[in-house]
Amino acid sequence: MKELERARWRCRRGLLELDIVLQRFMDKHYQQLSETELQQLATLLDLSDNDLWDMITTRKEPEDASLWPVLRLLQAA
Amino acid sequence: MAIARRKFDAVIIGAGGAGMRAALQLSEAGLKVAVLSKVFPTRSHTVAAQGGIAAALGNVTEDNWHWHMYDTVKGSDYLGDQDAIEFMCRQANEVVYELEHFGMPFDRLENGKIYQRPFGGQSQNFGGAQATRSCAAADRTGHAMLHTLYQRNVRANTQFFIEWMGLDLIRDEQGDVLGVTALEMETGEVMVLQAKATLFATGGAGRIFHASTNAFINTGDGLGMAARAGIPLEDMEFWQFHPTGVYGVGVLISEAVRGEGGYLLNKDGERFMQRYAPHAKDLASRDVVSRALTTEIKEGRGCGKDADHLLLKLDHLGADVINMRLPGIREIAIKFAQVDPINEPIPVVPTAHYMMGGIPTNFHGQVVAPYKTGPEEVVQGFYAVGECACVSVHGANRLGTNSLLDIIVFGRAAGNRIIEDLKKNPHHKPLPADATDKVLARLARLENQKGGENVAQVGTALRKTMQAHCGVFRFADMLKQGVSRIGEVAERAAQTEIGDKSRVFNTARIEALELDNLVEVALATMVSAEARNESRGAHARDDFPQRDDDKWLKHTLYFSADRRLDYKPVRLKPLTVESFPPKPRVY
Repeated sequence: MKELERARWRCRRGLLELDIVLQRFMDKHYQQLSETELQQLATLLDLSDNDLWDMITTRKEPEDASLWPVLRLLQAA
Repeated sequence: MAIARRKFDAVIIGAGGAGMRAALQLSEAGLKVAVLSKVFPTRSHTVAAQGGIAAALGNVTEDNWHWHMYDTVKGSDYLGDQDAIEFMCRQANEVVYELEHFGMPFDRLENGKIYQRPFGGQSQNFGGAQATRSCAAADRTGHAMLHTLYQRNVRANTQFFIEWMGLDLIRDEQGDVLGVTALEMETGEVMVLQAKATLFATGGAGRIFHASTNAFINTGDGLGMAARAGIPLEDMEFWQFHPTGVYGVGVLISEAVRGEGGYLLNKDGERFMQRYAPHAKDLASRDVVSRALTTEIKEGRGCGKDADHLLLKLDHLGADVINMRLPGIREIAIKFAQVDPINEPIPVVPTAHYMMGGIPTNFHGQVVAPYKTGPEEVVQGFYAVGECACVSVHGANRLGTNSLLDIIVFGRAAGNRIIEDLKKNPHHKPLPADATDKVLARLARLENQKGGENVAQVGTALRKTMQAHCGVFRFADMLKQGVSRIGEVAERAAQTEIGDKSRVFNTARIEALELDNLVEVALATMVSAEARNESRGAHARDDFPQRDDDKWLKHTLYFSADRRLDYKPVRLKPLTVESFPPKPRVY
């Protein structure tokens, strides 16, 4: 219950850049994500703000390669 | 309705640097501490602080806390309280070494000492050569600090209440603060958290402006709670703006762009900074550039269909320079302005960045208000630190790298003070019978509202009103109109309606409650700014361009109940050294 609201709230971050990118991602892609992709999103959202921002701006690559599909969507958001 | 109640020695609202530094002091002293946070602690806005933390360690060039004190007093445009400023600058070295000891990964010099770099506004020998005073962990100092403090708190058994929102203060008939009511987002339950000490560390409220560099969480919740409980808000007219935030979103475009040769254009393609600062042009100081942008927009030379922004041109630098020296900026422009600066200019506006005002405190972190006999009576049981507090070390204008210092020095000081105060008052005072009446009425109003307006819509009206009427450069007619317009917004906010009435994780309710807090901050800002007939630090009036020490060397106090203003003197007397008397502020 309320998974969308929970996910939206967890997109509230300390960096404004992330707030905006994550909001766009949620609006555009969240409803279409598969179960696996939802898991990947949860893993990405658990990262610290700077690590996540570095991955979105391609300065850093994820250690876990399975995160790529959702990360690509974030990078394009 | 029976409301669950829990008892703690101390309850802290906010888990950024200030709240976590205070919590650590208390938990390590063996007190039972609860820290409430709307988001996971390491996602607090402290994470956005890049510049560093100021301390006169003298690791690179000779330095002295007294020089740092002078810079801070001057930077504050003499509105800072000199006792608090001396206290902060004297403790800087100790608190930085303490952070180092906690494991914070500062950058190092070859000799192993903490690396330091120069920063604007910091001088040697009372206004002489540039000082090298900022201790940093790359450009991620706030991030490193937050993670270090979180780990230490976990070890010290601080109890975190994550995804909880503070709702209102509980005060008894004597005015003493006895705790807070709070909402657990997961369940939607309201709980009373009773405490011998209640500390607010809720951060800034930059979201009152349409253009803001602040994260979405910065809604001034602590200020809203304090204001509703009858505590005045101090110096709310003073907001620091950055001249170049991306139009529409607020993300910062650093000064590095103009340093590399980028410049600003109006709708006629004119390089307008030449008119405002013939020598420095686009590299003039932040406040000068911000005021110039605002004037261009007000006089109808803004760009776009609403003529409400300017353009930052850098394509003449060429793709190589942009890719090599400004890659982060190019990324931000593409992502947030949908323009590639290699081909097109970036739309920018002056953007709200930092709130100098807040809940009035002394340098022990105790909240002080004129509610009994004197102008600065301690409100028993209530403490505030960080951006939500006005201690006041930043006065009318904050220096870079002083905010991270502020949160650590006063977070620790407030922790120490609470430990002392609890020795004298070891028991919980009984809660008044009506402790939760007001907050429950506020929640019931929202629950039962019919035919009300949408929260997002009112929020947008609030931000646009603040931006248009109380931005970086302020005009008498706009402020006067602004006071009545923001009053209208407040009335609309009192009648918002939410579609979702469920209990579990109701973010619509949270956002409506955040709006209540934004309204308090916006009203305080507008009313205080309209009344201050001078220009000082970040408060720039078109009709009163000069600082007026005879009439205005005083702190503003705004009272929410009747939207009344009062004033109190600036504390010009330091703790041990001679006072720095007001002088013209020239750099």
